[in-house]
Amino acid sequence: MTDMTTEQLLDVTVNVNGVPRTASVPARRLLSDFLRHDLQLTGTHVGCEHGVCGACTVLVDGKPMRSCLMFAVTAQDHRVTTVEGLCDAPDARPCATGERMNPVQQAFAECHGLQCGFCTPGFLTTVTAYLEENPAPTQDEAREAISGNLCRCTGYQNIVKSVLRAAEIRTERLGEDGGEAGYAAAPAARHTSSSANGGERA
Amino acid sequence: MTTQMFGAPIRRKEDPRLLTGGGRYLDDLGQHALAAAFVRSPHAHARITDIDVTDAVDVGGIVAIYTWEDLPGKVAEPLPLLIPHPTLTHGRTGYALARDEVNHVGEPVVMVVATDRYLAEDACQRIRVDYELLPVVVGIENARDGAHLVHEDAPGNVAAHMVQETGDVEAALATAPHTLTLDLAIERSACMPMEGKGVYARWNDEDGELRIYSSTQTSTGVRAAVAAKLELPLAKVECIAPDVGGGFGVKIMHPWPEEVLVPWAARLLKREVKWAEDRREHFISSAHERGQLQKVTVGFDDEGRVLGLDVKFWHDNGAYTPYGIIVPIITSTQLLGPYKPGAYRCEFWSLYTNTVLVTPYRGAGRPQGVFAMERTMDAIADYLDLDRAEVRSRNFILPEEMPYDHGLLFQDGRPLKYDSGDFPASLDKLKKLVGWDDFEAYRAEAEAEGRKVGLGIGCYVEGTGVGPYEGGHITIETSGRVNVATGLTTQGQGHQTAFAQIVAQELGVPIEDVHVTTGDTRKMPYAVGTFASRAAVMSGNAIALATRNVKAKALRIAADALEVSEDDLEIVDGVVQVKGAPTTSMPLGTVAVLSNPLRYAFDDAAKAATQFAGTFDPDKPPVADDEEPGLEGRDFYSPTQATFANGMHAAIVETDPVTAEIRILRYCVIHDCGTMINPMIVEGQVHGGVAQGVGGALYERMAYDESGQLLNASFMDFLMPYASEVPHIEADHLETPSPLNPLGIKGAGEAGCIPVSAVIASAIEDAEGFPITSMPISPVELWELRQRHETGELPSLRHHHGQHQTAAAPSRDQEPTA
Amino acid sequence: MKPAPFVHHAPRSVEEAVDVLAQVGHDGKVLAGGQSLIPILNMRLASPGHLVDINRVAGLDRVEVRDGDVRVGALVRHAELEHHEGAYAALPLLRQALVNVAHPAIRNRGTTVGSIAHADAAGEMPAILALTEGVVEAAGPRGTREISPADFFLGALETCLAEDELAVAVRFPRFSPGTATAFAESARRHGDYAMAGVAAAVTVVDGVITDARTSFVSVTDVPSVLDLTEVLGGSEPADADWAAAAEVVRGHVEPEADIHATADYRRMLAGELARRVLAQAAQNAATTKGSSH
Ligand SMILES: Cc1cc2nc3c(=O)[nH]c(=O)nc-3n(C[C@H](O)[C@H](O)[C@H](O)COP(=O)(O)OP(=O)(O)OC[C@H]3O[C@@H](n4cnc5c(N)ncnc54)[C@H](O)[C@@H]3O)c2cc1C
Ligand code: FES
Ligand code: FES
Repeated sequence: MTDMTTEQLLDVTVNVNGVPRTASVPARRLLSDFLRHDLQLTGTHVGCEHGVCGACTVLVDGKPMRSCLMFAVTAQDHRVTTVEGLCDAPDARPCATGERMNPVQQAFAECHGLQCGFCTPGFLTTVTAYLEENPAPTQDEAREAISGNLCRCTGYQNIVKSVLRAAEIRTERLGEDGGEAGYAAAPAARHTSSSANGGERA
Repeated sequence: MTTQMFGAPIRRKEDPRLLTGGGRYLDDLGQHALAAAFVRSPHAHARITDIDVTDAVDVGGIVAIYTWEDLPGKVAEPLPLLIPHPTLTHGRTGYALARDEVNHVGEPVVMVVATDRYLAEDACQRIRVDYELLPVVVGIENARDGAHLVHEDAPGNVAAHMVQETGDVEAALATAPHTLTLDLAIERSACMPMEGKGVYARWNDEDGELRIYSSTQTSTGVRAAVAAKLELPLAKVECIAPDVGGGFGVKIMHPWPEEVLVPWAARLLKREVKWAEDRREHFISSAHERGQLQKVTVGFDDEGRVLGLDVKFWHDNGAYTPYGIIVPIITSTQLLGPYKPGAYRCEFWSLYTNTVLVTPYRGAGRPQGVFAMERTMDAIADYLDLDRAEVRSRNFILPEEMPYDHGLLFQDGRPLKYDSGDFPASLDKLKKLVGWDDFEAYRAEAEAEGRKVGLGIGCYVEGTGVGPYEGGHITIETSGRVNVATGLTTQGQGHQTAFAQIVAQELGVPIEDVHVTTGDTRKMPYAVGTFASRAAVMSGNAIALATRNVKAKALRIAADALEVSEDDLEIVDGVVQVKGAPTTSMPLGTVAVLSNPLRYAFDDAAKAATQFAGTFDPDKPPVADDEEPGLEGRDFYSPTQATFANGMHAAIVETDPVTAEIRILRYCVIHDCGTMINPMIVEGQVHGGVAQGVGGALYERMAYDESGQLLNASFMDFLMPYASEVPHIEADHLETPSPLNPLGIKGAGEAGCIPVSAVIASAIEDAEGFPITSMPISPVELWELRQRHETGELPSLRHHHGQHQTAAAPSRDQEPTA
Repeated sequence: MKPAPFVHHAPRSVEEAVDVLAQVGHDGKVLAGGQSLIPILNMRLASPGHLVDINRVAGLDRVEVRDGDVRVGALVRHAELEHHEGAYAALPLLRQALVNVAHPAIRNRGTTVGSIAHADAAGEMPAILALTEGVVEAAGPRGTREISPADFFLGALETCLAEDELAVAVRFPRFSPGTATAFAESARRHGDYAMAGVAAAVTVVDGVITDARTSFVSVTDVPSVLDLTEVLGGSEPADADWAAAAEVVRGHVEPEADIHATADYRRMLAGELARRVLAQAAQNAATTKGSSH
């Protein structure tokens, strides 16, 4: 064990939701804590800190990963998308109360896909990435797609429904957008596409 | 007309915020607070001989380290016994920090406060506690035999012994044409909300005031308990439940040691302090539930009618009883379900073990009780070779027998008296939904393909909405905004929506204008908490009553201003108007202006309410003698007894003939919670409950070894079901209103999970042809039962309808025919 | 559940990584995907003073599909290998097994080489390395070496890698023509570590089984290959004696009990799963003759 009184701090820069964010943290800072406490992006939740529940799932370079099983220093210079970042996706739209929601967020609201909401950010990131890969899942595929995340409230049925509904909304919005959608485009590309559709941004 | 709100599947008001990262859960608050962590006992039963913190003090960032010796006054005394009961003769509670003895693994011994959680854990790792080990009591059998004691002064490990009886059971059993005895067992599980517990305390030294945020199901309870412990006036303490990531019962228990210690340290240090429980802590120091051994003796006639029922059970209450014996009392009363038991006696022993304490988990003793009763129904059916649904229906309490008084006392100390319900109608619906009468044909088809399938059924009655009371408080602002407060808390049940629906409907305002606050003692200091499926019944009705008050006041004021009779007025879309002549009208916001005569004009609305605006009657005071200023209403709902919801579930399962893996093919639910405020939310509650029930039936258990170590204290090994393990749930509803409350509603929160273990056991038994008496059941256990059945150690069912029925020569079906 | 402090090293090359490993000795640990290591650190079941984070090491992220084998670099994530079409065409067994490794989000981060280096008896990929008679390529201060599975796996969570050695790649050799494979496991929940799992490779030539082997997950200490050619060879897939093969499997495995299953149950499972995957592989080999499916 190293001397605990003088733990070395490292300047870590991670591109979070399209913006490079830097904080001085010890090497052992988990990415989940870095996001939640150093950057105060508390939308990402922590339910187990051993990789099983999926509440902490964020997109790293567009792919869902457990932020509790990654050190912030390892994420250095990578792109991380959190639930907050989904609201900036080009296919996000403002809802009646003003929040911008991407198709998955919208579908969860429509289908009662959440109760306490604690597991929800992990589902939203997971499903958002999944629909990029499989834009029109069957019910069984939808269930399988969410089977790496735990939810203690919903019994999953309305989450499955939300995945199917999200696919529909996504396709609808894809039509509106002239073919450009998705969170997974690099942030630069994302900003380009959103400025091309600037009128839709709140 | 304002659009129909009550009863509509309105989308939830809370969701846009929760879906976009705007939730504020406990650990999202207090980003600069100090962090607490605990050294917890690694032993199940031991005496503390020494605590050495020297190595920990030089860890950078350490602010304080506390042991029991450091605790002053009442903080050092045992935690309260929240729900005393005359039969709880040997109630025991722990200390906030262990004093000289630990009674379960995970009991807090030392508290560390540091600048962040990483450092606090570093210090915990360096603190040495010496223990002298004591004999450990784990498991109900060991507790019952009493060879070793958890608490030296609780002989036989008995915390409570209780008997309730109606009629003469001995006589009924002696004269009954048939009797059967069943030995049954149910293992422990736990609520396991995705967010653990957590407390964050802010001490305001200038004002001598404490603000506590807790991930709790009762902010009023925490407030009162902490004020008492810290010897602060109640007026100087407030408690807020922020967004809470699930509760399911474990967060109704209070004060947890941390709920006392964190505020205490915050006051002492004059710094903000926060503790967010991690998953391992949750496993070993937050309450579990369910574990019981049961013995049922039933006497019945040739028709399968129960004449006498004698139940004994042994309930594992863990190391302490701060929440009293609510769980076993519920088991002993709710076991009866929709049936008339004839003469009934229930005797239970609530026993200490060196394990985490046991407090209510969704269902709260009912899943165990329903398991006992429904296993009994299936046993009677098998004994008499009757259809299992038919036996149930012959024992039902009929609608015309309502209200039905069992002659027992329920968990709230009030009569166990069912208010309404139509059990035959529920059963009919269920049989249609699952295809009860076609099942044998389906079974034959499956068997032809070498598959084993079984059909199971389970019925329950759930006493919901127990008292003592809840309140509702409503204010209408001059903008027309309607603020609603109720004191109980929310953990995902959608209260902000359901309560807003009630207000929108009762008052006649758009739901968008209604803003509901729960669980904040600043907004509503009188409340009990969220448990026992009581929120909709209690707060729902209280809010409805409060709304009626505020509406009456609004109509009085508007009638006066518009110079019409109150009776001629209605409120539509937030505007008070004359019925049939809507041009004579006034927005509620304006009524609010009129309700509160002002001296100062801080905005246009206020200007209209000042003394020099408009005309007035110089002979009347600005506020009428019998009125108060403001458009405000408050009321409380306090029922004489619980209201009883009910439901029936059926499932079809398939068991692998070789590997004994168990798959649920269909799961059907009929559910009656009276009038529904929001069917979408009710259905969501049912889904979630069933999923927890499936977990409890097939996956989850607390695996303690004989030394009291919890072997599966992680999500890796405590098998909470993923979507892949939960079946699609087919649900249908019956709405039998409760005659007891103005809205006709019954609780819905716990229902889904209550009968699931009974239903799955029934279905597996039906697939296998031998009795299933212990839940949960895993593939390996089923496989072992098959082996015991094959060797004749385990009897066959008498009249099993599958192909493996013959009792004489049980045949093992190890080779798949496919 | 926060990890204890450590010094983080982020070497850029294999040489640099090996140098650091040599310097820190037994106080160091390689960090690859972290999907096995970080849970252990978070629970403080281990607290190494130094982590040698290889995620920035150049050249380790390639899947190479070659004539004789599929070579997988140390930074290839499970998911990349799973979705790699070339690798699937060459060796379908890789995907057949990988879809059983945890959940997609874990596979997006965890590495296949890491799971082999971790040598968990419950891991799928060690069993696949064994069945394919693969090779671990290790680099150390004394140069590189190639290690066979039999030499590599010493026990549960124990390999022959020295403290200062890095597994830089593994190679999974292709099967001979006429061979098909299958994989099955039984886990309590979808995505969990299996109670038992079996991989099978069966070769059918001219309608007759000429070679049949299995390897196992969770029922043997170290991945081992069981050659069943003696039992099954010479039969046609339609009337091979699968039950006899299952019997041999049950005799071969040495399962241990844990809270999820008894040893006997696991033994039964291994036999039954073997029966299923052998039959399936044989059938596939018979119907897609000549190809390696
Ligand atoms: C919830 C969950 C479920 C899982 N389920 C499964 C499952 O069903 N089946 C399964 O097989 N795995 C499972 N895993 C583990 C996962 O597959 C891991 O990714 C894998 O075991 C380790 O790979 P890694 O790259 O993450 O290694 P790390 O965690 O980084 O390292 C693991 C160990 O190997 C060493 N190591 C890693 N790479 C090298 C190298 N190149 N050279 C030398 N040493 C090295 C490390 O020092 C460490 O000791 C699960 C993990 C989680 C969190
Ligand atoms: S918190 Fe990361 S998976 Fe549970
Ligand atoms: S909504 Fe509460 S855990 Fe999923």
